[in-house]
Amino acid sequence: MSAETDAETRKTRNAWLLSTPALVLLLFAASGPLLIVLTYSFLAPGEYGNVVWDFDLRGWISILYTKDIFDGTYHLADAHLSIFWRSVKLSLMTTAVTFAIGFPTAWFIATRPPAQRAFWLFLITIPFWTNLLIRTVAINEVIRNEGLLNTFLIWLGVIAEPIRIIYTDTAVLIGMAYVYLPLMVLPLYAAIDRFDMRLLEAGYDLYASRGQVLRRVILPIVKPGIVAGSILVFVPSLGAYVTPRVLGGGKNMMIGNFIELQFGQGRNWPLGAALSMTLLCVVMVALLIYVRAANKGDNQNG
Amino acid sequence: MANRAFEVARLPGFRTIALTAFVLLYLPIITLVIYSFNAGQSVAVWEGFSLDWYAKAWENEAVKGATYRSLIIAATASAIATTVATMAALGTTRRKAFKGQTAIYVMINQPLMVPEIVTAVALLIFFASIKVATGYTGLWYLIIAHAAFCVPFAYLPIRARLEGMDLTLETAAGDLYASHWQTFRYVTLPLMLPGIIAGAMLAFVISLDDVVITEFVKSGGQDTLPTYMLGQMRRAITPEVNAISTVLLALTVALLTAFFLLTRKNDK
Amino acid sequence: MKTIITATAVLLASTSLAAAEGELQLYNWGNYTSPELIKKFEADTGIKVTVTDYDSNTAALAKVEAGGSGFDLVVPSANYIPIWVSKGLIQELDDSKLPNKGNIAPEWVNVPWDEGRKYSVPWQWGSVGVAVNTSVYDGDINTSDIFLRVPDELKGKINVVPEMTDVLNMAIFNVGGEACTEDVEVLKKVRDLVLAAKEDWLSMDYGATEKLSNNDWAASVNWNGSSMRARVANPDVAFGYPREGYPLFMDSVALLSDAKNVDNAYTFINYIMEPEHAAMISAFARYANGIAGSEAFMPEDMKTAPEVVAPAEHAKAGRFLPTCGAKSQEYLTAIWTELQK
Repeated sequence: MSAETDAETRKTRNAWLLSTPALVLLLFAASGPLLIVLTYSFLAPGEYGNVVWDFDLRGWISILYTKDIFDGTYHLADAHLSIFWRSVKLSLMTTAVTFAIGFPTAWFIATRPPAQRAFWLFLITIPFWTNLLIRTVAINEVIRNEGLLNTFLIWLGVIAEPIRIIYTDTAVLIGMAYVYLPLMVLPLYAAIDRFDMRLLEAGYDLYASRGQVLRRVILPIVKPGIVAGSILVFVPSLGAYVTPRVLGGGKNMMIGNFIELQFGQGRNWPLGAALSMTLLCVVMVALLIYVRAANKGDNQNG
Repeated sequence: MANRAFEVARLPGFRTIALTAFVLLYLPIITLVIYSFNAGQSVAVWEGFSLDWYAKAWENEAVKGATYRSLIIAATASAIATTVATMAALGTTRRKAFKGQTAIYVMINQPLMVPEIVTAVALLIFFASIKVATGYTGLWYLIIAHAAFCVPFAYLPIRARLEGMDLTLETAAGDLYASHWQTFRYVTLPLMLPGIIAGAMLAFVISLDDVVITEFVKSGGQDTLPTYMLGQMRRAITPEVNAISTVLLALTVALLTAFFLLTRKNDK
Repeated sequence: MKTIITATAVLLASTSLAAAEGELQLYNWGNYTSPELIKKFEADTGIKVTVTDYDSNTAALAKVEAGGSGFDLVVPSANYIPIWVSKGLIQELDDSKLPNKGNIAPEWVNVPWDEGRKYSVPWQWGSVGVAVNTSVYDGDINTSDIFLRVPDELKGKINVVPEMTDVLNMAIFNVGGEACTEDVEVLKKVRDLVLAAKEDWLSMDYGATEKLSNNDWAASVNWNGSSMRARVANPDVAFGYPREGYPLFMDSVALLSDAKNVDNAYTFINYIMEPEHAAMISAFARYANGIAGSEAFMPEDMKTAPEVVAPAEHAKAGRFLPTCGAKSQEYLTAIWTELQK
């Protein structure tokens, strides 16, 4: 046994020791109880919600195949797939929009004099001291036909007729980007803030264009922030349902609404449980691929 | 030197986008504040100025209790979450890949990966059995549940900050015979502070906003502001909640102003 | 920080005194319990009432069924009462402790979901109909065609509340079926009808009181009490009772089997059957209550409101929905999923 492996073992042990409190907390109040959900996915639905303790695979089967209620034949559940696809599409768009707005904002904050930075950071989070629901209602008030935005644009003379935004996918996108913006800005800020601005000088001294500096110098270094921010935005937006319902008018479900339907009015807990487990696996795999790809060639820091 | 760095750091258009973002961020907040002074019943039809809703909110024990409870839970839960997340981030970043690293990473981010309703149902069943067994129905169930789902929100910004943070200063401190603790306290911690602040703020607002898990975990008399609102949503939301939100906003702004005036004095 | 910790400690200590003397835990729909009534009750009896909100029958049921909830009284909807009974979650009432039980209006005593009111007493009742802005559409509004075969004037301007059972059963009534039907032919018609109608809907959302008042919506499937509030803000709004059939709802107070404050619960149940107190409940939430003689204490604007006092020719079309069985539930969920995919 060399001293080096000893030191390695100690380091690994320390890593685990430092993570233990978080893991215990999560095991107790998040991941552990999910075993209940996993179990439920293999049981039969109770007549009035809840489950009956009989082994049953219907929950899992009906994720992909639905029995046609009218002729009893099984076919691919296109309704489930289109709900899933809509959720993924809207979440990706939300992530892109929050990044497009969040990156300049985080950059702006990080380049303020140090004493002012906390002020700007708080300015980002203050709107979130108000409740999500009332905030969404307020967004509605801004973008509705007779709302602030349309009234203002008409007053300016830019448009003659109000633009209908409310109850469209655009409205959902605006709302979700609004709600999730701080989840993008804060990790980005944390990453940009440690960025040594002298590197930029070096870049310009070597006659790099702004675009090149941005791509070659800035982006690689703030990458951990981009990774963290996009995870924090993308994954929760997949399960979002208040915003899609209030601003999108609730005509089309997202996956969060669909799972909730099973636990609520639909009274099919096993299907809800199986759907959640599927979502968990899909997100987990996507996350691992993403993190691995993002870390590639980035390990000199590690 | 410093000045030059700021010149260099200016990227075209960024300032405009950032300032526009701030304006857009506050547009809905302004309408929210305006309607808190509405004389009518509605949060969407203006019927003249009045302070009625402030008076109503002030007299409404349920709303006051819910606001107070929300703040207590958010403060406690985000403190717990930030502490454990900071430790975990220190444990899992800036070291060679080790056995189980991915497992830890997945575990910590797990609350992000399932819709809230799922965690809510699981916690309902799990906590109910504890409630029956112990007879304790206090606030700690909510605090623990909130702390757990806030962990990834605190962890990711801290980790993003730590990753690739310059090691030389810490090594230097070690060379100067500083103890591990001293190095941590005087070098590492100040360096990672922006990440911790970002994480804590996220955890706080995430807890403050949670509806579904709270709705399922709460015991009698434990409504928070969001669950109180959820109950109202099916019927009619009145400007009462706008009034409370406005008061909360005003308090935050006042506290921040005080904080900045104080720190500015110290700087001089 | 220190103050937060102290405050937390105090709060935690105070909430764990669950079964203290003179307490009552009421678990009720949000924004449904008159604060004035609670204040008066506390002053009259010295019992401290804690009200906790829920927002759906299923959430309330799941929570109490899981156990350890610590509530004494719950207020489920009519079609859920038999479920609560069959699961043994609520207990039979001891009439000797409820001298006011005779105040229940005769038509609300022998109700299908609780024959002879063994388990529950009325809280409030109302109907699900269609609220229409008559300045946009001045045709016949007493029909569910308003949202199932949308008139041109209302196309793209109508909202449907996302209540699966109510909405789909109204569609079943519209094509001439029975509530909770398992008749495949009827269900097929229902599916085709709602799928076609959805094209003309603007949204499926709550919040009709506001959106009807500020003209965001020209019509909505809605509850009568909410429609009354909307009419007060916007006189053009009228409430239609679909003649093909529309759902009635009644929420009733029931005593949980694991209630800790049983005596206080009886005091409360008896208290709310006093006409004056029942009227306080109605005055707050704007729905009728089912206690005889409470009309005298009602606010003036409710005594004549067409949303509360249904005109006789429309009253007979109102029906209470039975508790749908698993089979019919499966059909309805499948149609609903198809509808919102």
